[in-house]
Amino acid sequence: MKVKVLFFASLREQLGTAGEEIELPAGVATVAALRGHLARRGGPWEGALAEKKNVRAAVNQDMAKPGAPIRAGDEIAFFPPVTGG
Amino acid sequence: MKISVQREDFDLSLETRNLSKSEGVGAVASFVGIVRDVRMTLEHYPGMTENALRKIAEDAAARWKVMDCTVIHRHGELAPHDQIVLVAVASAHRADAFAACEFIMDYLKTQAPFWKKEHRADGAAWVEAKASDDDAAGRWEPPARKAS
Repeated sequence: MKVKVLFFASLREQLGTAGEEIELPAGVATVAALRGHLARRGGPWEGALAEKKNVRAAVNQDMAKPGAPIRAGDEIAFFPPVTGG
Repeated sequence: MKISVQREDFDLSLETRNLSKSEGVGAVASFVGIVRDVRMTLEHYPGMTENALRKIAEDAAARWKVMDCTVIHRHGELAPHDQIVLVAVASAHRADAFAACEFIMDYLKTQAPFWKKEHRADGAAWVEAKASDDDAAGRWEPPARKAS
């Protein structure tokens, strides 16, 4: 299935991209699985998305926990903890 | 309810005056956040940021008697002494207005997707999230949700 992935702030800079459309292999069906899938690209991906890194996620513009399911056509965003206000 | 994420500055007295027009209003409490001492760039997530701010304001309105409220948050380049954020709440009495205003700010700090990058003489760096902000949001009971 195809999803849209977005990156913000320090994550966007580390990865050198604001996002992409990506075709996911079968079995990548949660936020955590997608994060792991991207981290396995190695290099900056592994560094930025490693499990020990404090990365937050949103699915279709709603904050999402690692176990949240993802479906074809979803917009999944990864970003560091927020610092507005 | 007015939610705005914008580059432009805002006018506190204009926004307060608009909130004062609500029927039966007796109090408007407001908070303005100011850039402290360093130039910064504020990034946000268009769409999600507005939705998150609206949800926080709706949570506040479900917990206190809120007649109307305004949340304005700026993005882009900001300099010391610039206004960053405005939260203003109209209610019949001050207790609801004060509490709702503080609640909205506390949740905005931990839930609304904004990221600050500071530009100092020795280079630019993303601001790290503070545990004290999570503590501030955590002291409120879990947000009440309107039945829908």
